[in-house]
Amino acid sequence: MTEPNTHKGFHHALKVVDDLCTGCTHCMRVCPTEAIRVIEGKAVISDDRCVDCGNCCKACPVSAILIEQDDFEDIFSFPIRIALVPAVLIGQFPSNIQTGEIFGGLKQLGFTHVFELESVVDLVQEGYDRFTENYQGEKPAISTFCPAILRLIQVRFPSLVGNLVRVKPPSDVAAIYYRNKMVEEGHDPKHIGIYYVTPCAAKIASIKSPVGEDSSPVNGVINMEYLYNKLLHMILNKEVPLEAYPDNGTLEPKEVLWSLTRGESAHQEGRCLAVDGIRNVSEFLERLEESEESKIDFLELRACDESCAGGVLISGNRFLTVERLNGRAARAGTAKKDDYFAGGFNEQLYGLEEIAARNVMALDSDQSVAIEKMQKVEELLKVLPGIDCAACGSPSCRALAEDIVKEKAEAVWCIFLQELYIRDQRISVEEADSINARIWGEKRNRRSQIK
Amino acid sequence: MVMQFHIEGGDFVSAGKASSSVKRVLKQLNVPPKLIKRVVIALYETEVNVAAHADQGDIEVLIESDKITMVIEDKGPGIRDIDKAMEEGYSTASKTVREMGFGAGMGLPNIRRNSDEMHIESVPGKGTEVRIINTLKS
Repeated sequence: MTEPNTHKGFHHALKVVDDLCTGCTHCMRVCPTEAIRVIEGKAVISDDRCVDCGNCCKACPVSAILIEQDDFEDIFSFPIRIALVPAVLIGQFPSNIQTGEIFGGLKQLGFTHVFELESVVDLVQEGYDRFTENYQGEKPAISTFCPAILRLIQVRFPSLVGNLVRVKPPSDVAAIYYRNKMVEEGHDPKHIGIYYVTPCAAKIASIKSPVGEDSSPVNGVINMEYLYNKLLHMILNKEVPLEAYPDNGTLEPKEVLWSLTRGESAHQEGRCLAVDGIRNVSEFLERLEESEESKIDFLELRACDESCAGGVLISGNRFLTVERLNGRAARAGTAKKDDYFAGGFNEQLYGLEEIAARNVMALDSDQSVAIEKMQKVEELLKVLPGIDCAACGSPSCRALAEDIVKEKAEAVWCIFLQELYIRDQRISVEEADSINARIWGEKRNRRSQIK
Repeated sequence: MVMQFHIEGGDFVSAGKASSSVKRVLKQLNVPPKLIKRVVIALYETEVNVAAHADQGDIEVLIESDKITMVIEDKGPGIRDIDKAMEEGYSTASKTVREMGFGAGMGLPNIRRNSDEMHIESVPGKGTEVRIINTLKS
């Protein structure tokens, strides 16, 4: 298990590779928390603001944003090596590849056990039912399934942290469930290594730096893209023995579809709504904050378009993945649960602790200072061009104005103001060059190359 | 700091823009979320009131370190019986407005519930001024 999360900083799975980054600003423009700035020609991600949604990674034209992963060989430090596989792993393979081949491939790679993690969805559902039954707070109850959304709410919508359902996501519940079950069967807990095959970056961050739990129940994460490539290569080269595993898997329809859009909301009581795509989610949460009574009972929110099928580490097309999983759900029957499952939902094991807000968007912690700064921001916005060109290294004119009052940027970084400053002889051309080098890096300063 | 907004009567699409902008600012001023919610709901209700009943209105929001004052002044029919209008469920909204999902008679009671101080002055046939104060307790 990972170390308890005692440090103050937040661990992130997204890392910029400076050698590859061209400072093009694409990532900066799509970040939902304005966590990115371009400094010396490289994207820099703020640890405080990043929610690990992976939008930057999807937007990068030169693949300069990497998703950290554990070394695959680490699994061999455990005699019992369990792979927790989400339905979307299977869903993204071409339909002529059998589930048995995928599972056979995982065993061939070194796992001793492979479990479909959505097999524990009924436990999660029981947790939801108990939570909503006793819930006294404001509606709607908001799902904690998606780790990027959980962080987005902490950072941008602190008034809504109390609405979050305090039940761990299926991946964590599955890890706890299968670990305890193996221990029950007589295995030494120290011998059990549980690895989660992840379709997203936020999940990696949530394992290294958990929210609402002391430590993650998972020993490590395996990047799904990495595994998909390996498995597909092995299967296409016929290196894989067919594992005796039902081609439809062992999940019920509800379990197959849980990680897709409306997977949760379709099964909750009352008026339920599902929103996917982090921009759509932000827009909806803004609205929710402004209305007295939304009259919605349950809100399912997912950061990726088409939910986990659109995860940043999914190699297959998200629409085809959804289609394949819908087909699988239509063919699925009832799942047989073992006796151990009868224990049901255990709040001690599967419940989340209180989730704290992370107010990092404020201009200052002191309100009177913040008001002064805000007034300066409004003044600056009158002179900034308002076209959000991002050439200053901040994502928008407003973001630059905020950076200026926080003394993290200067007005002269705006190329439009800089032009005026040069014309008024307030700065020299050479000074402007060195300012631009500070933003775009030396390589991008190509005055000498223009004929 | 001061923020100003203008609303045209009948423009339900724009009603909510003032509360949305004020909310964004208050979040950046590190105002406690619960207070932000009160301010935003009270302001949103006045925006809807102007859109539903008046010809036009102006909103001024004064943000100070100890309190937030909002003054909403409209030109319109005014309120004949303020006490009655403060009762939950009492509404003079037209059928059209009700069909749009507004005019449930909860506007003014909602504003009162979400403000520390609320003053209404109205001249029938001329217009209404609503003053809402929420204090920041330190």
